[in-house]
Amino acid sequence: MIELSNISKTYRMGAVDITVLSGISLNVKSGEFIAIMGPSGSGKSTLMNIIGCLDRPTSGTYHFESREISTMSDDELAAVRNGKIGFVFQTFNLLPRFSALKNVEVPLIYGGVPARLRRERAMPLLQKVGLADRMSHRPTELSGGQQQRVAIARALVNNPPLLLADEPTGNLDSRSGSEILDILTALNRSGVTVLIVTHDKDVAARCRRIINLKDGQIINDQVMA
Amino acid sequence: MNFIETFGVSLEAILSNKVRSGLTMLGVIIGVMAVILLVSIGEGARVYITKELTGLGTNLLIITPGKTSTRGGFHPPSAGTVRKLSYDDSLALRRRAWLLTDAVPIVLGTGKIKYQNLGRDTMVIGTTPEFQRVRNLFVGVGSFVSQGDVDTKSKIVVLGTKVKEELFGEQSALGKVVTLSDARYRVVGVMQKKGTSLGWDIDDVVFIPVTSGQELFDTDGLFEILASTPRAEDVDTAIVQTKDILIKRHAHKEDFTIQTQGAMLSTMNTILSVLTAVLGGIAGISLLVGGIGIMNIMLVSVRERTREIGIRKALGARNRDIMAQFMIEAMTLSGAGGIIGIITGVGLALIIPVFVDVLPTSVSLWSIFMAFSFSAAVGVFFGVYPARKAAHQDPIQALRYE
Repeated sequence: MIELSNISKTYRMGAVDITVLSGISLNVKSGEFIAIMGPSGSGKSTLMNIIGCLDRPTSGTYHFESREISTMSDDELAAVRNGKIGFVFQTFNLLPRFSALKNVEVPLIYGGVPARLRRERAMPLLQKVGLADRMSHRPTELSGGQQQRVAIARALVNNPPLLLADEPTGNLDSRSGSEILDILTALNRSGVTVLIVTHDKDVAARCRRIINLKDGQIINDQVMA
Repeated sequence: MNFIETFGVSLEAILSNKVRSGLTMLGVIIGVMAVILLVSIGEGARVYITKELTGLGTNLLIITPGKTSTRGGFHPPSAGTVRKLSYDDSLALRRRAWLLTDAVPIVLGTGKIKYQNLGRDTMVIGTTPEFQRVRNLFVGVGSFVSQGDVDTKSKIVVLGTKVKEELFGEQSALGKVVTLSDARYRVVGVMQKKGTSLGWDIDDVVFIPVTSGQELFDTDGLFEILASTPRAEDVDTAIVQTKDILIKRHAHKEDFTIQTQGAMLSTMNTILSVLTAVLGGIAGISLLVGGIGIMNIMLVSVRERTREIGIRKALGARNRDIMAQFMIEAMTLSGAGGIIGIITGVGLALIIPVFVDVLPTSVSLWSIFMAFSFSAAVGVFFGVYPARKAAHQDPIQALRYE
């Protein structure tokens, strides 16, 4: 599903080039449940952004479902993000002025789904994450765990084959965090490929494959028993 | 993402910050309002003057002494001795210019008119009986200056209603003797009430025979000769005829000027059209300032919503979706401001003449159309830059923005 070969990413900071990723090669098969670990500054977020088509690599090739990503236009990347990838962020990133239901509908809006169908697809997902009675609440009226569940519902609404979660439990207490992980685990069982960026060993322990990054390179890639 | 969807998002953003949106719109509202109002006032003046001038008849010829040209050029006064227009000139025109129905000699001056202990400085017009017909001003009570009065230099006077009221109040003025610049005149008539025309109070005037007027002002010339032709088509030929006759009488010099009411009208029209355009242009500047206000707020709005832009992009919004969202927001602000501006502008233009009767207004459709399309254009023009800025945000940078 995901084939990264020899991916590098350098940023220009003034006159200095900073290499964030160098020579990353990675294959992810459909249905995997992966944790990407590493200390801060190791490049895990950048790797995540490239996999999520938010950023392009400086060199190397990235095939997503056998399509070359690095040569795509901005609009093509937007379409891939919209239909193929669901994002869950550490800070939830809900639109503050919208209700939970409306937030879940946003990817459908950009996917060109008519308003009536949007409700039909967004409501069951909110029920599934246990927020049937919170649909009309705004993010500020929800707890952190509830907000993250809205975010997961939003990430799933276009039925993407890949779910990317960047420190999804980082801003949550351990109970809420564990609930979120339960949801992600269940999703993976239903066939969604899940990739979690984390520095929390307990979170990583629930995944089936752990990739360790350091200084922009993969230093360890192990499949758990 | 279709238009209605995007419009909904934009409207939501506008309504979520009502005070700021209102103040932003105010710039456009005032601009559009000013354009419509000032253009209406300019147009109103033009319509009013056109009506007043055509009310006097466009086939009126005004002959004044001295050569001036309405077509520019400079005529030094040393070009020859300027012969005055005389009463005999007007008689000659009346006799020999068969295209003219009337040739009315006029002397003009001011004088102090007194009755008992009341006095008033007023305009004195010396003329002949035909004046009534040419200028459409008629005597109300008694009689006007007669040809006999002119021939015998009678000391008689016809009062405008205002002068009559000031000197006599309610009592009859007919037959009373008034003093006009130290000479005694008998009142033979009072004019009909006419009111103000072009800022001149037609009722604050007295009429005396032209010959008496020449004596009163100690002149043998005339202020002007008013001539009229029965048909508008004859005006040009009448001018040629008049010129011929007068040049022969003036030692073959064209030392007089003939203007027509029609020519004056078109000159006035040109001046007032320019005035209207200038007023509109000045108001247009305020509309431009309103547009800059929109751009300013849109830039703030884009910055404030950087994170939202990042989220939307991560969820699949294309650059043009973001662009459309902010463009529509700017256009909605300027469009709504434009509509409110039109309503207040037209409203004020209709209300002002009710309270200020010297300011006639005329709301023209083109000024409404102009102001609205200009405000819409302002929205597009000043919306593009902030919207482009929003659309081309790097999604990662935008997501990290605090």
